[in-house]
Amino acid sequence: MTTGAKTQVARMLELVPYLRAREGVSVEEVARDFGVAPAQIAKDLKVLWFCGLPNSVTGDMIDIDMEALDGEGVVKLTNADYLTRPLRLAPHEALAMIVALRTLREAAGERERAAVDRALDKLYPVTGAGERAAAVDVHIDDVEPKIRTAVDRALHDRRRLHLRYYVPARDETTERDADPFRLVFAEGSGYLEAWCHRARGVRLFRLDRIMVATVLDLPADPPAQADRRDLSGELFRPDPADPMAVLELDGTARWVADYYPIEEHTELSGGRLRIRLRYRDEQWLVRLVLRLGGAATVVDPVELGERVRGQAEAALSNYPR
Amino acid sequence: MTAKKSERLMNLTICLLVARTFIPKDRIRAAVEGYRDLTDDAFDRMFDRDKEELRGLGVPIDVGPVEKAFEDEVGYRIRRDRFELPEISLTADEAAVVGLAARVWQHASLASDTSEGLRKLRAGGVDVDESALTILEPQLATDEPAFDDVFETVTTQTPISFAYRASGATESIERHLDPWGIVSWHGHWYVVGHDRDKDAPRMFKVSRITGDVVAAGESGSYALPEDLDLRALASSLGPAHPHSSATVRVRAGAGDALRSRATRTHTVDEEWTELDIPYGSGSTLADELVSLGPEVVAIGPQEVREAVVRRLTALVAGGGR
Repeated sequence: MTTGAKTQVARMLELVPYLRAREGVSVEEVARDFGVAPAQIAKDLKVLWFCGLPNSVTGDMIDIDMEALDGEGVVKLTNADYLTRPLRLAPHEALAMIVALRTLREAAGERERAAVDRALDKLYPVTGAGERAAAVDVHIDDVEPKIRTAVDRALHDRRRLHLRYYVPARDETTERDADPFRLVFAEGSGYLEAWCHRARGVRLFRLDRIMVATVLDLPADPPAQADRRDLSGELFRPDPADPMAVLELDGTARWVADYYPIEEHTELSGGRLRIRLRYRDEQWLVRLVLRLGGAATVVDPVELGERVRGQAEAALSNYPR
Repeated sequence: MTAKKSERLMNLTICLLVARTFIPKDRIRAAVEGYRDLTDDAFDRMFDRDKEELRGLGVPIDVGPVEKAFEDEVGYRIRRDRFELPEISLTADEAAVVGLAARVWQHASLASDTSEGLRKLRAGGVDVDESALTILEPQLATDEPAFDDVFETVTTQTPISFAYRASGATESIERHLDPWGIVSWHGHWYVVGHDRDKDAPRMFKVSRITGDVVAAGESGSYALPEDLDLRALASSLGPAHPHSSATVRVRAGAGDALRSRATRTHTVDEEWTELDIPYGSGSTLADELVSLGPEVVAIGPQEVREAVVRRLTALVAGGGR
């Protein structure tokens, strides 16, 4: 069967009950709700016009006010009392939706979590997805409840937050005031997207690096030009203006190539991998190479490799032979 | 051709939906206009395909005996209670969180499955608004090439085999698994199941499956363990939970991430503070300590101190070769 007919029939089975409940709705609104062009809805209606009870005589067909459709662009559908309800959710639709909701439950603050639990309780019995949904689990990193509560309050009440935030690259804790926009959950962690007054820009604060969060008695008032991050791609995309480094990775360090966005990778002899990656902060890269404990070498820039060696030497001097 | 076919499928659906008893196919043939003017063979084939396609959409077509005194015949009908989406009533906050489910999956077909499910809910009178909740943005990524196949076999319980490159290894080995479930952890998917080679539960990171996922048996050919708690199992198969304690010294102004995890803090002098840190894997802790450079010293236990010194020595020697 052509996909065309299959999708059209699925859509028509939903259209009839939808339209029966909304007499005089505009074709534009229908099109928006169904995610298709208004012209497609018009085509669907022209097919429905020829549908009706078996052994149909004219009186048994679905009735659509074609004048209203062509004229004001509104839909009035009647004489389809046998299709009052849409079709049940197909098993894969139910599974996708239930897993999405359970993910939401993991990410939600107290208020939303209660709503998700109630919604799930109502949806499980009608979707029959209960057992299969048990085969998929989504885990999001835990966050200190006090932090989460404060962040949620600031978001709901549109208040400024004072944050004590730890930056691993610099091994440094900073104090900042931020106006929150929203919580983003990606890569298993939660991030607060907010206008940072210190940096004078939009920043993503990882929730598990917020040490203290205090809701201030000030309204959140980000400047008009503050742009939300485009979440359609990866969360952390390298900037083409950032400098590039070349590293050679041994067996245990190869995961770096899978984990960070890298520009290039070449297999070398002996199972080593050469990669090129961008970095914004030198200290971040130095810490990464240190963390790899010798399984990675900095080929370029040479000064960076020397900084790594210098720090390792200084650290080794803490361990008298 | 799509319009004619959609019309026929709709009329067939309506015919079977309004039927109060099972209807034999010759009566269906006469009642639905799309079947007129066909040879017997052509009708039989078309009718069979139509039934299959409707069932593929989730339309439940029942087969049952026809009340005929002198013939053994089957008929068809659709039972309304199996066809219809039951009444669901969600409160405004429940509808808002359900609407958010549409934005969770970052995967084309699962996202569209979720949207379809939501559309059916809307057609059924639930006011799902996808843009109601803007302060929460939970994303569930599925970048792994093997994800689709693994997801499918988990929901159909099909035994599989695949080439797998373990962490740090350069070669792939063929593994054989009865999948029980998949878990998303830190933004990565893991498949959990019964490893047929080890005859024990195992967990595999989906991104390290290097080739095709091949079905190694019929779907539904094994049973899930009773009381499967996917999260608990994944947790037990994953990285070790803290069960030991290490003692480290950190310099003033450094090591805030360690300080916040310390179970005991003791000021040694103006410069140094001693901390007790719980840990599960000595080598993971050693990696973290080394990344902090000369600002931290591992005091004990021996395995951690030695691991740190080994890494620092390798880094001083230039890393790797």
